[in-house]
Amino acid sequence: MNPPMTGAEAARTPGSGVRAAPLPTGVGALLDGLGAVALLTRDAVHAAFRRPPEWSTIAEQLEQVGWRSLSIVNLTAFFTGMVLALQLGTYMARFGAKMFVSRIVGMALVRELGPVLTALMIGGRVGAGITAELGTMAVTDQIDAIRALGASPIRNLVVPRLIAVLVMLPVLTIIGDLVGILGGLLLSVTELNVSGEFYINSLVQVLYLRDVFSGVGKSFFFAYFIGIIACLNGLHVTGGADGVGRATTRTVVAASITVLISDFFLTKLFLLS
Amino acid sequence: MSAPPYIRCRGLEKAFGAKPVLRGLTLDVLTGETLVVLGGSGSGKSVLLKHMNALLMPDAGEVEVDGVVLQRLDEDALVPLRRNVAMLFQQGALFDSLTVGENIAYPLREHRLLPPAAIPGRVRQALEMVGLAGSENLMPAELSGGMRKRAALARALVLEPRALLYDEPTTGLDPVVAAKINHLIRDMQRRLGVSSVVVTHDLGSAFLVADRIAFLHDGRIRFIGTPDEARASRDPFLHEFLNAA
Repeated sequence: MNPPMTGAEAARTPGSGVRAAPLPTGVGALLDGLGAVALLTRDAVHAAFRRPPEWSTIAEQLEQVGWRSLSIVNLTAFFTGMVLALQLGTYMARFGAKMFVSRIVGMALVRELGPVLTALMIGGRVGAGITAELGTMAVTDQIDAIRALGASPIRNLVVPRLIAVLVMLPVLTIIGDLVGILGGLLLSVTELNVSGEFYINSLVQVLYLRDVFSGVGKSFFFAYFIGIIACLNGLHVTGGADGVGRATTRTVVAASITVLISDFFLTKLFLLS
Repeated sequence: MSAPPYIRCRGLEKAFGAKPVLRGLTLDVLTGETLVVLGGSGSGKSVLLKHMNALLMPDAGEVEVDGVVLQRLDEDALVPLRRNVAMLFQQGALFDSLTVGENIAYPLREHRLLPPAAIPGRVRQALEMVGLAGSENLMPAELSGGMRKRAALARALVLEPRALLYDEPTTGLDPVVAAKINHLIRDMQRRLGVSSVVVTHDLGSAFLVADRIAFLHDGRIRFIGTPDEARASRDPFLHEFLNAA
């Protein structure tokens, strides 16, 4: 009798819909989660193309996700670059190869550490923030209020946040790569006695555009995972402040695990292609 | 009352997990009346209210608004209906990140009902109607409980709905502010002719604003009638509820 509900609505309506025989808890929960992700993705894509959200809402989220995450991303990348150079430089000095430290630091940062560490930082800072914000709105009836006013929470809340994460994570990744390489450069010059010019030239010789694309390409997938997990967990919060806290933790854990596991498969995919 | 029903609930059933809340509930809200739904905590009053603008869908049964069965509509088709059936949430549900003025302008912008230049005037008018003139620039966190509810009422009224659903409009308010809200509910019915459903367990408020009173018990409407009929009712559950309060 009932028409199919949207993903968010169905998930916010416990006890509704027809249920088949229960699956084992772990498998059932995983399939439920994947189904909810698929439905929310479908609704978000539908909403984004049917009537895009206001530009001002997207701009606000771009600032929230991008500009306000810049310091934490830069800090992480800078010290990672320095630590990497220090470790590798000290080790490679034993073989008289410390001058090539920039090649390994650069490749590791651009292909792997840059995208993954940036995604983990954004998953923690932005993902948790999105879940907490949407979750608080859910438990104070603000999301129902949007629907009651004839508006769409997917269009007004989910789409701007997804767009912002999808745009800003690759940008932050590129910035993080550059800052990490800079950190490595600084350490190599001051601690390893490698000249700055040699550091850069050595790196440029081995670093190709496809390496950059591989890293930035992965960051698009990471952005999607972080955004959709954060929004989904936020929209489905029940149980007051306690529920918001649990959902926020769940987002950070799920986003981090998803980034790390998907990184392996994406690396294989990009290496093959 | 001879007015036709504006909202009809037929055989509503709703369960959350294994817990049934509504068990075949049937209820008509007549055009232009104020119907108060009484019931104990957890009796399903708010759940019933959320079925009337399709925020919740029933497991069985149907809700008809102005002749349209909601269960046959998808989210997009529900938009015009929700513009006509506004809802006042228990805590107001104002958007924390927006000012009072932006909250009230939200549905106007969303539905592009007015040119942007005309929106501030309309917002001012809505705030004056609920006695909050000049509070456009305040944030919801700066408002008292009563002011939040009045601001939320202004937001609900700005779309000029034909029905208003009030979820515990006077809960948590002091008697003076509660009386103001009751007065507003009556005033909205008189001035705008809207059909109203008020869910409450505040008996003072209920008898003040109601044209009819419905008593929800065990997932069904156990009594429906005028306030005088409610007072005279011999239904043991209603009698106990009225006297206990």
